[in-house]
Amino acid sequence: MSLSKDQVQHIAMLARLRLAESEVDDVADKLSRIVDFVDQLGAADTGNVSPMAHPLNQGQRLRADVVTEPNARAQIQANAPAVQDGLYLVPKVIE
Amino acid sequence: MHALTLTELAQGLKARDFTSRTLTETLLERIAETGAALNAFITVTEDEALAAADAADQLLAKNKGGLLTGVPLVHKDIFCTRGVRTTCGSRMLDNFVSPYDATVVERLAAAGVVSLGKTNMDEFAMGSSNETSYFGPVLNPWDHARSPGGSSGGSAAAVAARLIPAATGTDTGGSIRQPAALTGTIGLKPTYGRVSRYGMIAFASSLDQAGVITRSAADAAALLQVMAGFDERDSTSVDQPVPDYSATLDQSLQGLRIGIVRQHFDAGLDADNAQQVKAAIAVLEAGGATVKEVDLPNLDLSVPTYYVVAPAECSSNMSRFDGVRFGHRAENATDLLDLYCRSRGEGFGAEVQRRILTGTYVLSAGYYDAYYLQAQKVRQLIAEDFRKAFADVDVIAGPTSPAPAFPLGDKTDDPITMYLNDIYTIGANLAGLPAMSVPCGMVDGLPVGLHLVGPHFSEERLLNCAHRYAAETNWHTLCPEAYR
Repeated sequence: MSLSKDQVQHIAMLARLRLAESEVDDVADKLSRIVDFVDQLGAADTGNVSPMAHPLNQGQRLRADVVTEPNARAQIQANAPAVQDGLYLVPKVIE
Repeated sequence: MHALTLTELAQGLKARDFTSRTLTETLLERIAETGAALNAFITVTEDEALAAADAADQLLAKNKGGLLTGVPLVHKDIFCTRGVRTTCGSRMLDNFVSPYDATVVERLAAAGVVSLGKTNMDEFAMGSSNETSYFGPVLNPWDHARSPGGSSGGSAAAVAARLIPAATGTDTGGSIRQPAALTGTIGLKPTYGRVSRYGMIAFASSLDQAGVITRSAADAAALLQVMAGFDERDSTSVDQPVPDYSATLDQSLQGLRIGIVRQHFDAGLDADNAQQVKAAIAVLEAGGATVKEVDLPNLDLSVPTYYVVAPAECSSNMSRFDGVRFGHRAENATDLLDLYCRSRGEGFGAEVQRRILTGTYVLSAGYYDAYYLQAQKVRQLIAEDFRKAFADVDVIAGPTSPAPAFPLGDKTDDPITMYLNDIYTIGANLAGLPAMSVPCGMVDGLPVGLHLVGPHFSEERLLNCAHRYAAETNWHTLCPEAYR
């Protein structure tokens, strides 16, 4: 199956990835080859097989709903590109 | 000193033959002189290492400390290290300094291990050749024109070149075992859930597992002893007692049932490689093991299954990198969507982008059932194949990689050829099984690995098998000439 440039751009938008126009052909070609490769899974007979989500077939372990970590906001925000008054700064969203 | 294994160094430290500071200084010098040429490190933590070595020496002087007090090690740059940058081989995290330690880092530090730095790796552990790193490829110490394998290529190259006796690594589809095979080192991927994933930057959460690269099975056993065990902070951690891995290393192989997979020795395997692996299995047989053929009928579907499941999980895990709270942020974004798209487009390399796109595609409306759900069902079939095989045998032995180390750049233009490099290792990740690669020969001056896979939580048996094999051979002691 060959993915078109438009399809690739649509997937990139869903993935929140900006692809340069010059890259799109190459990405479409390689992505098409990957899709062709994984297409062979369709031939496997999985009629009565349940999907496997966890290698040990374990369920999600839950914990008590209590705070276990100290507040380390300043330390965590030291990695942020832009903060002010303890808040993360992003470009203006609403006019 | 650099030629000694981790356990030999531990004995030397205990006997006060040398101090941890002297050892650390010697290795730091070696890393600076010869390590740079291999590009095996992203960060060297000289000051922190010397401070930890001094603390270890104080304990050792009082005859205190444990088995690993003062021994050196390096961490793959996928493990978060408090106060030290953790890049995961990506431009996205080039400037990220973790505010906390991964459980693996924390447990090894608590045991007195001295970390000398962070090793180079494929970006976000996505790659089989260590060529996708933002910091450039790692070179194989056996031949600088060849790949050391990936994604733990920096860890494997550093251990193979005697820059360090041991290193941590992670394995999502073979990322510990394949580089171990291509560099002539020992690589252990434990059972899924055996070692905590807390603080290990996630790529594909149902497959990722932390492990070690060493030069002896005894070293791998000693490190796993400290790293393994339940961790409340990792919801996938398994609450099961940790056995004494070193106690059973010397057990006889008498009665051990080894499975040989029919499909492993087909046309895809390099003939010389196959011969070395068969010779290695004969050594195990001579040690008392019996050999039996087993079938993994869905083996050929393991790579396509992996390349649906792993990208699907990756596309979700990578969504945390949005340029807002940490990591690379594009300049002068016009709005929030532009900020997300450009930050991610600039911060991620081509392979990571390809996997995010593949994952987004297979999870998108209209394709989810045909790709993702079907892959999860085939994954069940593959796990069932292993369950059936392990009803008849204790260990499966075969090749780790289809061929010895390949030239850098040889497979970068063809993702499928690169992906097929992991055909023998991926099955263990899909089924969550423990597996090891052990040096078992040389082809054209390049190392070859023997792959051992066992049922869940059979690390003791794999380590025993590797240790007994190493006792009969010297492949694990070979060192590239320039690094002796």
